[in-house]
Amino acid sequence: MSEHKADPTFEAARRRFLQRIAGASALTLAPGVVLYTAGSDEADAKAPGEPLDPKVRWGIVIDTRKCTKECDRCVEACKAENGWDAKPGSRTDVQWIRKVNVKDPKTGFEMSLPVMCQHCANPPCVDVCPTGASMKRADGIVRVNMHICIGCRYCMMACPYKARSFVHEDLPEQNKRFHAPMGKGCVTSCDMCAHRIDVGRIPACVEACDKGAMIFGDLNDPDSEISKFVASFPVQQIRADLGTDNGVRYTRLP
Amino acid sequence: MKRIHYAELEGRVGYYAALGFLGALVLGGLAAAYYMEHHGHVVTGMTNEIVWGMPHVFAVFLIIAASGILNVASIGSVFNKTPYKPLGRLSSVLAVAVLAGGLTILVLDLGRPDRLIVAMTKYNFKSIFAWNIYLYNGFFAVVLLYLYTQMSRLWWVQRYKKAAGTLAFLWRLILTTGTGSIFGWLVARQAYDLAIYAPMFIALSFSFGLAFFLLVMIALYKSVERPLGLGLVNRMGRLLGVFVAAAAYFVIVAHLTNLYAAEHQGVEKFLLFGGNIYSFLLWVGFGLVGTAIPLALVFSKAARRSMTPVVVASALVILGGISLVYVIIIGGQAYPLVLFPGKEVSSSFHEGVINPYSPSFPEIMLGIGGVALALAITVFATKVLRILPTTLADEEVDPHLVIKDAEVVELKKAA
Repeated sequence: MSEHKADPTFEAARRRFLQRIAGASALTLAPGVVLYTAGSDEADAKAPGEPLDPKVRWGIVIDTRKCTKECDRCVEACKAENGWDAKPGSRTDVQWIRKVNVKDPKTGFEMSLPVMCQHCANPPCVDVCPTGASMKRADGIVRVNMHICIGCRYCMMACPYKARSFVHEDLPEQNKRFHAPMGKGCVTSCDMCAHRIDVGRIPACVEACDKGAMIFGDLNDPDSEISKFVASFPVQQIRADLGTDNGVRYTRLP
Repeated sequence: MKRIHYAELEGRVGYYAALGFLGALVLGGLAAAYYMEHHGHVVTGMTNEIVWGMPHVFAVFLIIAASGILNVASIGSVFNKTPYKPLGRLSSVLAVAVLAGGLTILVLDLGRPDRLIVAMTKYNFKSIFAWNIYLYNGFFAVVLLYLYTQMSRLWWVQRYKKAAGTLAFLWRLILTTGTGSIFGWLVARQAYDLAIYAPMFIALSFSFGLAFFLLVMIALYKSVERPLGLGLVNRMGRLLGVFVAAAAYFVIVAHLTNLYAAEHQGVEKFLLFGGNIYSFLLWVGFGLVGTAIPLALVFSKAARRSMTPVVVASALVILGGISLVYVIIIGGQAYPLVLFPGKEVSSSFHEGVINPYSPSFPEIMLGIGGVALALAITVFATKVLRILPTTLADEEVDPHLVIKDAEVVELKKAA
């Protein structure tokens, strides 16, 4: 030891080594610290491990009177947020939300509306899933647990709203999002931007709508904007006859 | 009835040739599954609209047939029909083998077959799919136990043959109820959501299963030249006729039920009168080839003189059966989901249009591989175990079976 201490080149090498370790540690920890700090800025952010509140039921009301046929901002926002892209005409690409044009052949009345996972209170996809991968969170959001989805596609057979897609092939690397994993061979669908909701933000589609046609909020909170709206206007659900009690509702359906 | 002697399958070259051929098909099926899993389902004909394709047609057909094949054993041991008693062992082995073939297809067509362990350890008991996992595994256990009571030489084990047979019979009824309910309980789809699917699938299983059993039994006995009575084949052929008629009855009632409800008339018009592949397979495939012609054949006078009409009828019942399962599975998905009843819809997600489907070669190969696996297991089991009676000549099985003035009694000579 004493020989080494006396050696100035060894001392210099040791100092350099310690400096590099410190630098590497800082580089490793910094992004996490920054993220943690950024995350804590959100007023309603949940602490890791904090359970969801079962008193909450998240929902979206879509005011179809304001929704125009040409506009697809909600669809584009969802694509950018969750990393999917559907080539025109493709029957195998993932689609979380789409604009549906509806026409009454008898009257000629036409309208356009976005359709995504309807986040049912009684979701048929959750009923039929053999492993429980298709699940409903305590706050009413219906989503797929990608860790235990075996890719049987029974949920796609059961969903009345054509809300689910099967990941038919590997997605391009640049499309992959940490918060919206879409592994080849699994089923995927709109999760109402759960990663945003969990930190107090609103879904990307609602945020992108510049016509004020989408209202997001807690259907169980009588003071929320969405609750006040549904209390004052006769909103409807797609295929309400099925009794699925959708969390996504519309002001006027054809 | 005289004492029945069972013996392993004779032959060496023929046995290995058959096993080699079937093994090659199984390998082809495995290669197809690997190809599909490696590239993803994008290389198949399946889409976000036709989510279940040709592998499911094969798998569901085999699963329905498997439960029906076991009926042959049940008719002997549960319902005490003498002519069927010697067939119990083959019936049990074939039922297990065909179910194994069907399930193999189903598992290899999963998006993530590597997660089979998840399907075996995580259950959602509200799912009829999860119940079926128990019903299928239970079927293996119950039928193998039943086979043991049939083959054991211990007198106290043999005593439980009827009890085990009854359990297996009840189990298979529940199993087919489960298979039918996979479709019958789908409220979202216009073509499904029918409680009659469960009994219809049971009737179909009686028909498909007996046809499959007859073909395998006759092929095995012809190939090793063991005596097989024309009277026995004729009697089983006529029973097949009854089952075919019962299956057709349920299919007719299912379509009439849907046709009566205004909300389902769209899908019924599409399936019955659409002038498409589905209406062709339903009328010509199932109605004519799979029902009318087999009925005429099995009750014909020619069936009292030769086995050929029953063999042809059995093959046609299987063709008709696959046609019907194709119509149920693919046709039911080809018709679009109805989100807005009575309205015209369009979207980037192919709303409101008939969904096209053309099965790809790997899908069909996987299906054929599953059938080959079922047959390979059967051939192997009959070679190493005492499954097949040394003779199924009418006078040995049941003297009442002998057809008087029969011109030909085939394969009379002992092997």
